Amino acid sequence: MNSITPPNPAEPAINLSPAVADDVKFTTCYMCACRCGIKVHLKDGQIRYIQGNPNHPVNKGVLCGKGSAGIMQHYSPARLTKPLLRVGERGAGEFKEIEWDEALALATAWLGTVRATDPKKLAFFTGRDQSQSFTGWWAKQFGTPNFAAHGGFCSVNMAVGGLYSIGGSFWEFGEPDWEHAKYFLMLGVAEDHDSNPIKAGIAGLKQRGAKFVSVNPVKTGYSAVADEWIGIRPGTDGLFVLALVHELLRTDKIDLDYLVRYANAHWLVIRNPGAADDGLFARDEAGKPIAWDRATNAPADAATAGLNPAVIGEVTLPDGRRAIPVFHLMAERYLAPEYAPAAVADRCGVSAETIRRIAAEMAEIAFNQPLVLQQPWTDTAGRRHETMVGRPVAIHAMRGISAHSNGFHTCRALHVLQMLLGAIDTPGSWRYKSPYPRPIPPGPPPVGKNATPNKEMPGMALGFPQGPEHLLLDDDGTPCRIDKAFSWEAPISAHGLMHTVIANAHAGDPYKIDVLFMFMANMAWNSSMNPGDAMRQLTDKDEDGEYKIPKVIYSDAFFSETVPYADLILPDTTYLERWDAISVLDRPIGSSHGPADAIRQPVVPLDRDVRPFQDVLIDLGARLSLPGFVNEGGAAKFTSYADYLANHERTPGVGPLAGWRGPDGTSHGKGAANPDQLKRYVENECFWQFKLPPEQTYFKHANKAYLDTAHAMGMVGAANQIVFQLYSEHLQKFRLAAQGHGPVQPPERLRARIETYFDPLPIWYVPFEQAAIEQAAYPLHAITQRPMPMYHAWGSQNAWLRQIYTRNHLYMNRRMGTALGLVDDDWVWVTSRTGRLKCQIRLMEGVNHDTVWTWNAIGKRSGAWNLDAHANESEQGFLLNHVISEWLPAQKEQAQDQGGHRTANADPVTGQAAWYDLRIRVEKVAHGEEGQTAPHFSTLPRPPHMKPAARTLRYGEKT
Amino acid sequence: MTSLPTPLPGAKKLGLVIDLDTCVGCHACAVNCKEWNASGHSAPLTDSNAYQADPFGVWFNRVHTYEAGEGQGSRTVHFPRSCLHCETPACVTVCPTGASYKRAEDGIVLVDPETCIGCQLCAWACAYGAREFDADDGVMKKCTLCIDRIYNENLPEPERVPACVSTCPASARHFGDFNDPASAVSRLVLERGGYDLMSEMGYQPTNKYLPPRKPAAPAAATPPAETGATSSLLRWLDRALSR
Repeated sequence: MNSITPPNPAEPAINLSPAVADDVKFTTCYMCACRCGIKVHLKDGQIRYIQGNPNHPVNKGVLCGKGSAGIMQHYSPARLTKPLLRVGERGAGEFKEIEWDEALALATAWLGTVRATDPKKLAFFTGRDQSQSFTGWWAKQFGTPNFAAHGGFCSVNMAVGGLYSIGGSFWEFGEPDWEHAKYFLMLGVAEDHDSNPIKAGIAGLKQRGAKFVSVNPVKTGYSAVADEWIGIRPGTDGLFVLALVHELLRTDKIDLDYLVRYANAHWLVIRNPGAADDGLFARDEAGKPIAWDRATNAPADAATAGLNPAVIGEVTLPDGRRAIPVFHLMAERYLAPEYAPAAVADRCGVSAETIRRIAAEMAEIAFNQPLVLQQPWTDTAGRRHETMVGRPVAIHAMRGISAHSNGFHTCRALHVLQMLLGAIDTPGSWRYKSPYPRPIPPGPPPVGKNATPNKEMPGMALGFPQGPEHLLLDDDGTPCRIDKAFSWEAPISAHGLMHTVIANAHAGDPYKIDVLFMFMANMAWNSSMNPGDAMRQLTDKDEDGEYKIPKVIYSDAFFSETVPYADLILPDTTYLERWDAISVLDRPIGSSHGPADAIRQPVVPLDRDVRPFQDVLIDLGARLSLPGFVNEGGAAKFTSYADYLANHERTPGVGPLAGWRGPDGTSHGKGAANPDQLKRYVENECFWQFKLPPEQTYFKHANKAYLDTAHAMGMVGAANQIVFQLYSEHLQKFRLAAQGHGPVQPPERLRARIETYFDPLPIWYVPFEQAAIEQAAYPLHAITQRPMPMYHAWGSQNAWLRQIYTRNHLYMNRRMGTALGLVDDDWVWVTSRTGRLKCQIRLMEGVNHDTVWTWNAIGKRSGAWNLDAHANESEQGFLLNHVISEWLPAQKEQAQDQGGHRTANADPVTGQAAWYDLRIRVEKVAHGEEGQTAPHFSTLPRPPHMKPAARTLRYGEKT
Repeated sequence: MTSLPTPLPGAKKLGLVIDLDTCVGCHACAVNCKEWNASGHSAPLTDSNAYQADPFGVWFNRVHTYEAGEGQGSRTVHFPRSCLHCETPACVTVCPTGASYKRAEDGIVLVDPETCIGCQLCAWACAYGAREFDADDGVMKKCTLCIDRIYNENLPEPERVPACVSTCPASARHFGDFNDPASAVSRLVLERGGYDLMSEMGYQPTNKYLPPRKPAAPAAATPPAETGATSSLLRWLDRALSR
């Protein structure tokens, strides 16, 4: 013992330097999507302590409440322990344990039959999967078009809105310049993928005296420390943003030089109403967009350096067609009175004076207080600039924008605002995170037509359509995918529509499937918009007594609510027992400072009969003889996922990990596979980072040295300038189809919808649900947010975190509550157009007057997660999901068998689930109805051999 | 009853500064504290009903969220609460066995589990509710200011701070010696107007809270509203630009 004798002899002796660990291992956290580096201390065979890795580029030593609860997640009594085979009715939770050989043989038999007959009858959907470049590749090699993860619920509006506008996005491909921003506007962010960097960034901003404005219907978390909170009405952010645009244009506070240098403001748009080229860019013979050169009074290549282009005025092209600059169209639209602050104020719940002031503040900072770095750089035209001039107004936005049916255009409107301010990738503004910027759009179109027995797909299922020709439709127009992604219902649904998979598979619309294979997606509970229906559909049988969704395979580490609804359970490990990659092929941990990626390594040995899901996929791939998974002789190509990570090459020299490539490990970005690569990662605390030199860290979209680096490292195909698309020709191409042009035509029922919502300039419209219901019957908006210590639900159900949020309430504005005669803890019915739930109310000040909200995913089904049947989560907790529909109003009843069509409750461009569009009414329950939340489902029985959870936990007790 | 030590010459006065301006209520401090201390000096921090109804456990650090004021002007406050290591702590003087004591050399208030009889008088005496009774062990537990970290030679020097300080993503927690006027915590208190919690009670807490900063001033005057027809596009017609 390393005790000291206290100077005061009356004090007991204390060991001030106890041994902390026998061993310390580094890995990457997986308690949410932030992907922080962690340092795991092990002592006496147990996890002693998990701390943030001080050297890690994401979290720099800090760790959030969730990451700090990793011990309880790892030792959860809800961990599955062995493969399970259903023996009772689906949903009853009756299983028997089986060996892995049997489980894998069964899965291989089911999947092999599908592959040999009709591979699209496999729907493979993963949840908060951080290995999508691998799971997506597996789906491709299998030959099914039906793959996606949970982005369709989460953030696809942000991803696509950004990727089609600026070649990056708020979501995961950009970040505020925390170091330099002088003004920070945050919209719809309760907690985000960047959870620790945002907290650190806000603290830094406040220390520097920068102004932080939060636009959010609810004043909690980040909004609570904002200098100004704007309690906007849900779904009206786009209107608010376009009113800011109106003000900047009206007061001429815009950066026109930036707009013509970096955006397509001066590109000419053909005006030929009714014709097939209307609204497309005027191009020269080489196909390059043209502008009107004021010096020569003639058209010129719009990319010409030094060009003095016209931005106002219609011109006649040499071929006689009329054309007009993008800027003219844009200014004309947003200067219209309908976008004036006074015209939008009531709908937004934000005063016109406030809107005008926010616009003026942003303009003041951008133009009168520019941030100039004494850092020379050279642009793609070869011009050297002695300084970097920044517009230090940074914007970040996320789910509160994303989860509305108008979210795509709202996100585009935000990017337009950034462009007008000249505030994209400049000092102090929003910045790209590596590997972005990338071309617009960043990747190939989706692949999924003509699924063929025993044949892989020629490309990845998810991609980026550039026009109707890239939609995944059969010759008769039927969607190729079970979720109808990339069909006319959601043409640019780059993340798929996981929220429609179970309902479509149940309805056999557009076709029946045979196997539903899911990973890490709690679809029978909080991952579905409407879990009651999902449970019903998973258990529903046809007239032959067969399940309508014949086979369900599910992989989860825990006894979640979805386990009882599968036929075969492939138990996964926890995040501390596996190899994994935060891959450059997917969503790596790169920052504005340069590319980076990371791995997970097993830090504790397995103590039960479970396998990492990715290892299982490697095994199944070999058993199914999928190309890429077997050698020529048919033997397994990879022994494990770790083997794949080091040795798989997607294209020559490009593999899952960018660090230490090449046989000697000296190449970065591109290089031959390195068998010792994972060892090198482990030696470097499980991450790789390449710091860009200072001249490459801003203006990346037009920074020659940066783009050369990005090209050399395989991040962009060519070192060309990436021009912001203020006006989106890609959208116009879909609109032209809706106007009757081109061979790929939308069905009549969707023609007007496509024409309206594929506007090449951002628009705002009333969210679909709100527009379709009787306002008086459902007067309130209802939204959810995830509490910070439970952000992203997959790792939040554990003994420590449940003490912080054990149950949830419905929060309501105090004035509204008082008007309804409600007081704290009253039991109420919450009724939407599709259902009702019962819960308890809390009144508060910091919420928009017409909005109620609750914490998401606190409510659990009785018995799930090995909680006691009467745990608070199921007695007083609730999910708002139960009153949300995955379908739009008026169409729910018109099931396909009645000749009608149902349209997803989603964004019409991207298919993003519109779960923040919900409208409800609140009424006090009848006397005697108090006491338990509703709906309340039957208690799930524990899987075989799962022991009841202990009542008293003495973790860390010295033995 | 237990007497307080006579401060030694050159003794430290260790404690925390908690910044209410940047605390976003994320509970990182609370959970990381729980995690470190579960296996730390006062191990375990027992959790009762861990997976049943009404779970409750021993936490040395808890974050409370409440609203102050009304309407648009109301403020959502995140308030982390832990032992303040008072200079005149009633929890020590009330202790009948001497188990509750204040260290002479650094002012940290601790409980000796060997002599604690679990009478909970200290919990009644503490005005801040910072005491945590471990019913399973029958002894009182509390924040130790991570006494097994701050002097721990097995940890790298920068990590010899309380777990809550080390982990806070928002830099809302600072640790140091308040007897040293040049320490970061002393300077923060001076610069930011750090204050005692419920100073009228007279316990002279060592920990200080920093009040929210004044909101950043508006950056610009609001321009007048538009008066009639919208501005013309013509002003940009002859604008000389250079791509």
